[in-house]
Parts: sequence; structure tokens; C-alpha cells
Amino acid sequence: AARMFLRLLSDIQWRAAHPKWRRMTNSQRGTSTTAEPHPVSLPAQAQVVICGGGIMGTSVAYHLSKMGWKDIVLLEQGRLAAGTTRFCAGIVSTARPVSVELKMAHYSNKLYQQLEQETGVQTGYMKTGSISLAQTQDRLISLKRIASSLNVMGIPCEIISPKKVLQLHPLINIHDLVGAMYVPEDALVSSANVSLALATAASQNGVQIHERTSVSHVTIQKGRVTGVETDRGRIQCEYFVNCAGQWAYELGHSGEEPVHIPLHACEHFYLLTHPLKEPLSSSLPTVVDPDGRIYIRNWQGGILSGGFEKNPKPLFTEGRNQLEIQNLQEDWDHFGPLLDALLRRMPGLEALQIMQLVNCPESFTPDMRCIMGESPTARGYFVLAGMNSAGISYGGGAGKYLAEWIVNGYPSENVWPLDLKRFGTLQSSRTFLRHRVMEVMPLMCDLKVPRWDFQTGRQLRTSPLYDRLDAQGARWMEKHGFERVKYFVPPGSDLLDLDHSKTFYKPDWFDIVGSEVKCCKEAVCVIDMSSFTKFEISSTGDQALESLQYLFSNDLDVPVGHVVHTGMLNEKGGYENDCSIARLSKRSFFMISPTDQQVHCWTWLKNHLPDDSNLVVEDVTWKYTALNLIGPRAVDVLSELSYAPMTAEHFPSLFCKEMSVGYANGIRVMSITHTGEPGFVLYIPIEYALHVYNEVMNMGQKYGIRNAGYYALRSLRIEKFFAFWGQDLDAFTTPMECGREFQVKLDKGMQFLGQEALWEQKQNGVYKRFTMFILEDHDTDMDLWPWWGEPIYRNGRYVGKTTSSAYSYTLERHVCLGFVHHFDEKTGEELVVTTDFINQGEYEIDIAGQRFQAKAKLYPFSSLFTQRRRKDEVELSGYQRE
Amino acid sequence: FYLTPSQVNSILKANEYSFKVPEFDGKNVSSVLGFDSNQLPANAPIEDRRSAATCLQTRGMLLGVFDGHAGCACAQAVSERLFYYIAVSLLPHETLLEIENAVESGRALLPILQWHKHPNDYFSKEASKLYFNSLRTYWQELIDLNSGETTDVREALINAFKRLDNDISLEAQVGDPNSFLNYLVLRVAFSGATACVAHVDGVDLHIANTGDSRAMLGVQEEDGSWSAVNLSYDHNAQNEHEVERVKMEHPKSEEKSLVKQDRLLGLLMPFRAFGDVKFKWSIELQKRVIESGPDQLNDNEYTKFIPPNYHTPPYLTAEPEVIHHKLRPQDKFLVLATDGLWETMHRQDVARIVGEYLTGVHHQQPIAVGGYKVTLGQMHGLLTERRARISSVFEDQNAATHLIRHAVGNNEFGTVDHERLSKMLSLPEELARMYRDDITIIVVQFNSHVIGAYQNEE
Repeated sequence: AARMFLRLLSDIQWRAAHPKWRRMTNSQRGTSTTAEPHPVSLPAQAQVVICGGGIMGTSVAYHLSKMGWKDIVLLEQGRLAAGTTRFCAGIVSTARPVSVELKMAHYSNKLYQQLEQETGVQTGYMKTGSISLAQTQDRLISLKRIASSLNVMGIPCEIISPKKVLQLHPLINIHDLVGAMYVPEDALVSSANVSLALATAASQNGVQIHERTSVSHVTIQKGRVTGVETDRGRIQCEYFVNCAGQWAYELGHSGEEPVHIPLHACEHFYLLTHPLKEPLSSSLPTVVDPDGRIYIRNWQGGILSGGFEKNPKPLFTEGRNQLEIQNLQEDWDHFGPLLDALLRRMPGLEALQIMQLVNCPESFTPDMRCIMGESPTARGYFVLAGMNSAGISYGGGAGKYLAEWIVNGYPSENVWPLDLKRFGTLQSSRTFLRHRVMEVMPLMCDLKVPRWDFQTGRQLRTSPLYDRLDAQGARWMEKHGFERVKYFVPPGSDLLDLDHSKTFYKPDWFDIVGSEVKCCKEAVCVIDMSSFTKFEISSTGDQALESLQYLFSNDLDVPVGHVVHTGMLNEKGGYENDCSIARLSKRSFFMISPTDQQVHCWTWLKNHLPDDSNLVVEDVTWKYTALNLIGPRAVDVLSELSYAPMTAEHFPSLFCKEMSVGYANGIRVMSITHTGEPGFVLYIPIEYALHVYNEVMNMGQKYGIRNAGYYALRSLRIEKFFAFWGQDLDAFTTPMECGREFQVKLDKGMQFLGQEALWEQKQNGVYKRFTMFILEDHDTDMDLWPWWGEPIYRNGRYVGKTTSSAYSYTLERHVCLGFVHHFDEKTGEELVVTTDFINQGEYEIDIAGQRFQAKAKLYPFSSLFTQRRRKDEVELSGYQRE
Repeated sequence: FYLTPSQVNSILKANEYSFKVPEFDGKNVSSVLGFDSNQLPANAPIEDRRSAATCLQTRGMLLGVFDGHAGCACAQAVSERLFYYIAVSLLPHETLLEIENAVESGRALLPILQWHKHPNDYFSKEASKLYFNSLRTYWQELIDLNSGETTDVREALINAFKRLDNDISLEAQVGDPNSFLNYLVLRVAFSGATACVAHVDGVDLHIANTGDSRAMLGVQEEDGSWSAVNLSYDHNAQNEHEVERVKMEHPKSEEKSLVKQDRLLGLLMPFRAFGDVKFKWSIELQKRVIESGPDQLNDNEYTKFIPPNYHTPPYLTAEPEVIHHKLRPQDKFLVLATDGLWETMHRQDVARIVGEYLTGVHHQQPIAVGGYKVTLGQMHGLLTERRARISSVFEDQNAATHLIRHAVGNNEFGTVDHERLSKMLSLPEELARMYRDDITIIVVQFNSHVIGAYQNEE
């Protein structure tokens, strides 16, 4: 039955068109499933070996070969496009909330459109458009937000009324709809045929494709891929690409050195019907009804409808490999709720006859985003998998980015949100994955609101103070597996439960965070910031200093005890990391980076530091608990606890010193707070954490000390125009573009990474500029809140997008941070952005289609600073992402 | 006026109790997985009782349901005492000696039973000393009698039943200086109770039954369907053997008056019972005890009334009929229930409902479209119906509760009708007894793996 299905989806005889390819593989597709002798033996070596003949593997092969790489072998354990790809519903949809995903989908759509012409293989491409329905106002808001970002990308898209929905699709029951989004250029394809077309083009470009060849493991020597072992022998290679779909996890674990690829399969069901009496037109738009958790597309005169149920069925947890996905059990009882939703949406289909319920496993990832990039432990080992059931939409774009990554060292877009290195080994626990994907799959249809936290797989990494803080009303969020406090709910006050707290408007914790911010401004607060990534770099001689001087743009040759904020830049001057480095001694440094840098930064250092046994890098993240004492009275608390003067004369800003706090000795105190407010961060060896915390709280009582959380920190930081890495800063942003020239020492007397690019920018100017916007006519209580990703308009023209936002309790206004570009009015070409260009414009921020006036600023409000400081001491650093 | 589903649930679940046999090293080595029990009163107060306990000095588990009549005093006493009598009957000589020595020298007693009780299942504090003394007398006699033979479960059960009934009778004849206790023992003796008790030890299942409660085994056939096997016989007028037995025990002259209107002497439905001394004592004894008894007893017309045609007592016995069954892997569960359940439900339905509940929906046949012509609407209707069935299962965490829900709420199609359920549960106290009887149910779930392993050893 499974094979029959392939025939149903692929109407073409692609082999006939390409006899050459047929000779190479010589597998009798569709006529026999028994293994046959392989006439073409495997090559002994290749530059690139790709494992997996689904949409991902073929797309990577296609793009690599397009970029001129020829020495490529693609291995498929079964037959091409026989896994998830074969069963994919074939909907190419560009309506994606994450910008890079949207770009991938947009590219895929354009690629598939011309693929048939390019290869002669029928792909079934049909531009039908798609309609996303909203049953609630909140859903409509989320659609409007997507529509805003589609429009600025030049993708046609409109918000339409229920009446218009009916005109586009006569079968839809519109009585419970409040509106919809129409994307006319979305398309349908036969995903198996797209995959075969890509394979055909790749093989024409010289890629060797071998079916019925399974990779048993990848060999790695000295941290580099050296080859793959298959059931048909060994292939030596420089690059290996794991596109094994649901088996990517197992394949990653099959070798001696595991590569952790956190994904897990869930069953996914969709329904096929016989044609209607009056067969549906093949150009009828695809319908997505997220509130009903279903999608419906036309299929051979009938429909194809599936969905994402609330109670998914994870499978293959024990890691069973299968050559091809045979027909899994159809489970009608499980599909029941989705069938309810289908018939509620299209009551006229009651009499339509069922053809089949297809059960097609899909792989899901811990954060709903796909996985691509190079393994942090094995150079040359690339991964592209975990598509969260959007494989056909992402296939083209994802393959292109990965091919660029392999050929150029990095893709043409910022793909950090998809980078394998955003995960650590901790997300690779099977139990964690099983539990998390059961939460992730229903989320495909859930409303995506700001400040949303996963509920499963929690309480994994915690600070030693976790229980103490929890008992005091802490509400938690998770970052890289680490529990961090959002805010503290005062005793007696009640917040909404999780489901009801979802909102695009003013959240229920508004006043709670407000009072925490006030306490930071007027007294002193303590925030547990233990999750930060902490490295120690030391050497016997000057190696540490010399290497770091090369890797960081600021001058690290500072007196012992000084703290330096600096970017860790790539060749193009873009931020790979943004950190604070304290010089502990002549030969050792303490480096603090954002929480999710743990894997990425480690890999970067390992790949760039000289292989010198006298130079030691140690990850000491787990060794220290960090307490951030923010506020004007922090100095009093600390001096009383340490019997040491802590005033600015004795302990200037950006300074680091080991001292005693209470009974505990060896506490590393730094005069930074990551907010621009006065105060200190205490790095406490974990066994002292509880003691120091208790001492601080007891002593702090008379100064009005209280606990605070990350939301307060965020508000403080954003109102000070502090950018943070991963949210505002990425590998495509340089210090010059975000007003941080003062953290770059071009003349520090030695070369450093990115120096040339920065020189160039210094001379020629920048093409985008990080800008702060204060919303003017925005009503905090009544209007939609900004989040990030909102389009910025200058004099009515689109100039860029916001990257983060927060309510400033000091300004009593919303602050958005974002990048302003200068597009030529006629050609659209990017021009240099000057200070005058920024200053001489009227700005508006588009929140879900509604525009608010905004005042642009290139420098923070100086009046907000409570203490006068030297300009280069001003702390411009912040790490937290939402 | 209707009760909401949650009100219905709170009524149905008020008395539910579940016990899971604890696991060691992740394994349950007992042939019993655990049990669910529940009661739904019709009388106020309820006259049914239930007990469950694990024997600590011997192996095995005891479970029983007790249906009282003419008040709850006798059922209460039997529910408290019977398992001790059974446990003592099963004890080897050395253990009895050990226990007696401990009592003699004032040392701590070996625990004999571990009770599994719902908070509403109470024990009488006042009578415990009296009950204990009677029990001690019993084991002292057992020690003196030391036969040296290993104890046979069947014999132990019969002895325990008879001995307890005898003690109930004696205590009432002797009386007690404490007026409260004196009245209590008389109420116990003058009221009555049936008992249906299961003793499970490995694959050996013994059912001792006195009266018209019933034990039923749920068996899963190879095709997955459920069938019921009776493990007890009702002792009432419908049971020819019982009628025969009663007639045998009395002169031919009484043949016509023995069973009238399906009742013993035209009065009593069960043909065997604890207490009910009005059917056991001579007329003289009854009169003497009542006259010397407290005024409350004297004022009670029922106790003073002598059954008609009362010539050759005793007419009633507490001696149980014992059935032994070797458990097989297909024996999935045992239902013990008072006649309140069996009046409303056929045992075959009971087997099916409990069986489907315990195996969950996973064993519900999956639907496959195959080559059939099915429309979306037809499939939708089918799924909706299946879901309704499943949801009624999932409402209950307790098999006994689930069974009661069906017993009370089933409509003519065999599915739970909320309207009917609501009506039946909101009947005023005085009317409730006319529509339904007290229902007490224990569902014991067996451990097929362990039973299978036993079988392989043999």
C-alpha cells in the first residue's frame, strides 16, 4: 500500500526522461523491493558524502553542485525520497514567524517554480495560494504580524474578511471566523518529485547517487571527519552531511565520537479522500485553520487534510532504524478531533468518501526550529534535519544555506536560530526529547505569543539557590536548559494561569516588574545570573594574552583587575560573541558570555586558538553562582559585608577583585551589572552560594533589598540602549553598526580578526545602523505591545526591522531597538547610513499592521544615568535574549 | 432538576478505594495486582460492609463483602472480625503459641493482618476488648486441639465462619456488664449478614460464601472477548440445592412452611447468614434473652416477634459453601458484590464492562477503512460514538465505581445515561431503597504474568 501511495503522489515517469541517471542507480523502482546487485561500486573517496536521499539531502547535493563542487556522493539507505519526504503533504507555505525561516521558504518556492523547466522532471508545482484562518482576535493579530513581515519582503499577502474567504474557497464555513490571511503565491508540489528533480539536476552536475547504501558510522580523527563506513565499503571524505531525517539522531550517535542532534519523531496523520462529485479544482487555495489544528489542500479532485493534534504520539524513542517508512497503523480514534475540525470547517464534505488515513512520522526539535550547521565536536560534520513538518517549505532554502556554509564557511544569512550549536549535549537525552516533542508538536498550531516558555524538560540546570528563590515566589523561564527567574510574585497576589496569560497586550506581571525596576533604581535588588557561560583562559607565558588579542576587537592588554567589554568577531567584523573579559592576572582571563554561547563560543575558541598545551581554556560555568546586585545601595551592602570600602575611588567601574563576603573568601566581585545601573556582580564558588545569598539578603534588609528577575533586567538594559547578542547582535552585525566603535581598538598594535572589515567600514561608512526608538503615541494599556521583528518605516518607507523591545518604566514609554537601512528610492540598492540620515527622518513602527510614531535615537539618554562616568567606562553590554 | 456530572461523580466516588500491591525491585511477585472497591448506599445508613486485608503470618490476601439486614450491626461486626478468625484458623501451631505467649507475658503481638481500609470503614473501639477475648479463646482452643496437620484453607474458612457465628450467639446469651456493649452484642445477634469472602494465595483462589452475595471471575477468551464464571452459589429460594438442604434438615411436616414466597419461613431472603438468632435459637432462649435484655430491645416489635411455624430450630446456618479455583492466565479479575449489583446487571455484562475498563481502550478494535466505502460523515459519527464510550470509561479511576455507574445509570441500550444516573442518585432517602439496594463491589485484578509463571513451574 505504501508503494501504491508513491504512485499516487508522483504521476510521472521521471526515469524515462533521464536514462543516464537510471543506468547509474539501476534500481527497479516500484517493481521490486528486494536488494539487487549494485553495478556501480562506491568511490574510494569523495570531497563530500551526503547521507539521506530525502528533500534535504537532494537539496544540499543540488546546491553544492550548483556552487561548482562536483566530487559529491549522496547515499540513501533505501530509495530516493522514500522517507518522510514521500509522505509529505507538499504544501509550500511562506507564512513563517521566524525571519530566516521565512526567507528559506520564500527561496524554496521560487526554486520549485522553475525546477520543472530546469530539469524536465514534473514536480506538480501549482501556485494555489493559501488562506490562514483566524477564529479569534488574538489569532488575527498573529496573522497580521506575519503579514507585515511578508509584505516588507515583497511577498504579496493580505488580511482579508471572512466574506472574501468564501469567495476564494466556496467550501469553507466562515461563521466562526474573524478574518484570515491570504498569501496568493503559496504553492503545492509533489514533494517526492521535487526531491527527484533535485537529484536529477545534481546527478547531471556530477553528483554520484547511490541507493540502498546505508552509512553505519562516520569516522572522525583529531576532531575532523575522515570518512564514512557503509555496508558497501568505506569512502574517505572531507565533509559529511547528515540529512538522515528521523534517523539523524541515531546516525549521529553511531560513531565513536557522538554528534548530538536533538530531534525525535512523532506520528503525523493526514487524510486522503476520493474526488468530490464535482472534483475540486487543482488551483483551489490551501486552507490552514490553526485554531482547528488542521490544514486542507486540494488533492486529485478530493482533499488532503491533516493536522497537529494536542496529544501527539512520539515514536522510535528507542531508536529503531527503518529502511523506509512502511505503513504505520492508521489510528482513526486519534484522528477523530481533527476530523471534527475538518467537518466543522467544511461541513459540505460529509458525503465525501475516504481513501486512506496516512500515518507519516515527522521529526521535531526541542525548540520548533530546524537544525543545521557544523558539529561543535567534529569539523566537516554537517547536519540538516529536524524540519518540524515543514521540510518541503524549507527544503530549498535550507539546502542552499547549508551548501553555502560548507563552501564559504558561513551562509549568506544569519542562521544562528537554526544552528546546531544552539543546543548542548543536555538536549540530547531521549527522555527529554520524547517529552519535549510532545509539547512542540501541538505548538505548531498554538498561538505564538511573546515571552512564552516551554513547560516540559524543565528544572534540568538550576542554581544552588533555586529552592530558596522558588519559595519566595519566583516564576521561571528556561535558557539553554538553565532555570532563570522572570520575576517574583509577591505573596498574596495572583497571576493568571499559563493558558490565560497568553497575550499580545499588556501582560499581567506589568506592575510586579515595575516595582522590581523601581527597587533597582532606588535601593538594591539581587538577581541570580548563574546561567551565564564562564570560561577561564590561562597560559604559562603570554600565549593567552596574544591569542585573545587576536580573537577580540578591544584591547585586552589592560592592568590586572580591569574588565573589558568586547566583541568576538569573525572575518567580516560580525559578532560571533559579545562578552566581558576580566584580566585576573598577567596570564589568565575570566570570560563571561551569554548563556546560549556555551557550545558556540567553546567551538570558536577551540577552532581559533593555537594548539598549544601551555594554553588552557576551561569551562567553569558550573563552578560559580553569579549574583547581580543592582542599585545605588549595592555599594553599602557589599562594604558592610566585606569590611572593605566599595566606593568609586576604591572600586571603580569595570573593575574586578577577589574579596571576602561574609565568612566566604575568594568571591570574585566585578563592578558591572549588565544594565548600566550601579552595582556589582558576585561570582561565588557554588558551595558558598547559599551563605553569601543569605548574608546579602540579611544585610540588605535595611537598604530595602529585594529579589528581582530577568524581566526587570531586560527593561533596564533596553532603555539604556544595550544590545544583546543573539537578539540584536549576530554574525552579520559589526561594532561599527551598533555604535560600539569605542570597543574596537583598531590601533592596538596587533592584528585581530575582523580588523580589515572594520577598517573598511570606518572609512566607507556602514550600511545599517542600530537605533533606539521611543514609541510616542502608543498606549501601554490599550495598544498591542511591540515584540521584535516589527517593520520600521522612515518617512513612510520601509527601512528595517526591530530586534528587541521593552517597556521603560523610567521613560514610561516603550523602547524598541532595531536596525535602520538606507535603500535607494529607485533601485532599492543599499546605501551608506549616516547619522544625518537617521536623525532627519520621521519614524513609525508597524505592530501587526498598526503604525506608531517613534522617535529615533543613536545614543542613550544620558539623564538616565545616576552616576557620572567616563565615556569609555560606560557599560554597553548585555547578554540576555528573550 | 438534574445533578451535574461533577455532582454525580462526587456521589459515586465518595466511598471508592483502591489498593495496589506494592512492587519490590520494580516487580510485583503477587498474583494480585491490586483491587478497587466502592459502595453506593440506598439504605440510610448503608447496611453493606466490605473488608480487605493481607495476611501477615501466612501468605494470601482476604477480601469480602457483607450484606446486612435488619440493621447494620451484624454486618459491621462480621466485617471487623471474620478475617481475624480466618487468619487464626490458617496459622500454624508454633505461631499460635507465639502469639499466646506474647499476650500472656504482655509483649507486643505479632501483627496478623494488614488492613486496606477506606476512611469510612470503621472499627468499633468499644467492643474491641470483647472481640479480642472471644478470638483469644478460639486460638487457645486451637492450640489445645493441635492436630499437627497442616491447615487446609477450605476447612479454615468453614471453621472460621462457624466459630464467629457461634461467638456472636454466645456473646448475646452471656451479655455484658457494660450496658452499651450489652445492647451492641444483642443488636449484632438479632440482626443478620451474608458474607462472600475470597482468599487468594498464589494461584489458589478460595471463595467462601454464606448468603446471596456473589463472586464472579472475569475470563478473557482468546479472541479478546469477556466471559463470566460463577465462583459462588446464591443461598436463596432460587437455588434448588439450598431449598433441598433446608428441607432435609427439618421434619417432613414442615416442608410446606419452610419456604414461603421465596423466603425462609416466609421472612428471610438469604438461606444462610450470620446472626439472625431469631432463626437459630429456641423460642425459650429468645424470650429469656429479650426479657433480661435492655428496654430498647423489649420495645422492638421485630425482635419480640417469633417467626411463624417455628418448631425445630435452628433454621439458619452461617456455614459457608467453599469453592476452590486454580487461577489461569486468562483469569483477569474477580468481582465480589452484594446482591444490589446482581439484581440490576447480568454477570456477562459485568464481565464485559470491567474487562473493557481494565484493559482500557487500547484493546478496542482499531478501525480500518480498507477497501470499504466510508464517507467522512459516517466516520465522524462512528468516532464520536466510540469517544463517548471511552470517555465514560476514563471518568472513573476505579473499576468498582465504573461498574456502579453502569449498574445505576444504564439505559436499555447498555450505555450510561446521565439523565437516568442523575435521577437515581438524587432520589430522597426514603425512596431510594425502593428503586435500588445498597451496592458494594470489590474488583480484584490478577497478575497474569505471575500466574503464568506459577503455571509453568507446575
